[in-house]
Amino acid sequence: MSATRVFVTGLGTTSPVGGDVPSTWAALLAGRSGVRPLPYDWADQIPVKIAGVIDTEPTEVLERVKARRLDRSTQFALVAAMEAWKDSGLDESPPDPERTGVALPSGIGGVQTLLGNYDALRDKGYRRVSPLAVPMLMPNAPAANVGLYVHAKGPVQSPVSACASGNEGVALGVDQIRLGRADVVVVGGTEAAIHPLPMAAFGQMMALSKKEGDPTKVSRPWDVARDGFVLGEGAAVLVLESEEHARARGARVYAEVKGAGLTDDSHDIAQPDPEGRGGARAIARALLESDLSASDIRHINAHATSTPQGDIAEGLMIHATLGGAADQVVVTSTKSMTGHLLGGAGALESLATVLAVHHRIVPPTINLDEVDPAVDLDIATKPRDLPAGDFAALNNSFGFGGSNVAVAFATV
Amino acid sequence: MATTEEIRTDLADIVNEVAGIPADDVQLDKSFVDDLDVDSLSMVEVVVACEEKFDVKIPDDEVKNLKTVGDAVAFIERAQNG
Repeated sequence: MSATRVFVTGLGTTSPVGGDVPSTWAALLAGRSGVRPLPYDWADQIPVKIAGVIDTEPTEVLERVKARRLDRSTQFALVAAMEAWKDSGLDESPPDPERTGVALPSGIGGVQTLLGNYDALRDKGYRRVSPLAVPMLMPNAPAANVGLYVHAKGPVQSPVSACASGNEGVALGVDQIRLGRADVVVVGGTEAAIHPLPMAAFGQMMALSKKEGDPTKVSRPWDVARDGFVLGEGAAVLVLESEEHARARGARVYAEVKGAGLTDDSHDIAQPDPEGRGGARAIARALLESDLSASDIRHINAHATSTPQGDIAEGLMIHATLGGAADQVVVTSTKSMTGHLLGGAGALESLATVLAVHHRIVPPTINLDEVDPAVDLDIATKPRDLPAGDFAALNNSFGFGGSNVAVAFATV
Repeated sequence: MATTEEIRTDLADIVNEVAGIPADDVQLDKSFVDDLDVDSLSMVEVVVACEEKFDVKIPDDEVKNLKTVGDAVAFIERAQNG
């Protein structure tokens, strides 16, 4: 296959474990959890009182007036994009705006703006609804604001697929470059859903862990004592660039995005296929599209949210697609430390996968005291070295609606 | 009743809060759009904040007539006295 090669040339994040890439990566390698008690009065209203709350408030980074015109989800996206853009060096040598795009969704959208304005409408009348409410809450607000920041005049898109959204952003960016529609695409995902309504809603679905005690011990993917996910918030952004564009400017390259597989379970609106067949087809498709064989894969950043069913299904799909080669794959779950960033998860975990490939080291999965006997994977419980030479890694994300997205990254 | 200067000072604080314009720049002869760079959506926020702060009604039809800070202060004074 002679598809255009797509490189990752810039990274940015603001996450529950750090306000930027260096602090986030250091925390992940150190196995440091960002899950903590909710710092809000409304925590009294709901049974779950912990979350992966952002490490650094975006209002500490953004100008006050800029921040007040943006939903929290867009604030996160902008903070992450500012870091990634600078990291890529494109802030100093800007690309052709008409050849620049954005693919950056959120899973839920500007829910805090929507509900905050509803509170104002109900309590104080229509006159108190912000004239900025629509441009703040619309689902494409994060992408559009990042597009304004990088002067993107190419495709600026928000491919939404619940908790697979961030990974779908990466996949769409690759497509746009390969279709010749852009040289540079800023991709990623964001979420800011730590609010009593979404937390009550996820709680009513029985999706959130109800564990009490040390908050840092609650998110425990693959552990026998897992009982649901911990909600997180934040954003991550990757700058994707065609090989030609990156080489022409001598860009520093972290990794290559080889390709992606996108499928749907078509099984149930919320429950995953218990055998993980849709996810398996996404992994198989990612390998095919990337021209990789199972033995090329040495690391998987799993979706692994810490739910009883999903963690088992993901193990099954890895074995179904990689066969015996699954034995040489080091698997980890970033969510054990960050909680589940929903639409931001696939982006943060793509960023973690890229750094694992680049530095050849896999961050640990924390809280794995006793592996569920139904799971047969080589899970990193301490930082694990990856081999020298060429290899590839996968980042898996799955979302309500049955969406499955696997993205393949490789050493350059 | 608030004096012209008291109204101007409070209005300047609102414009600073909404649009980030230094309060000292918000003088009676300044145009909201041309001098202070207050866009139309921010102007709606300023108007609503003024209604609450000064306990007056500023009809939508009236907003287009409030071109300068002085126009707004004069309208608020009249509304308070009326």
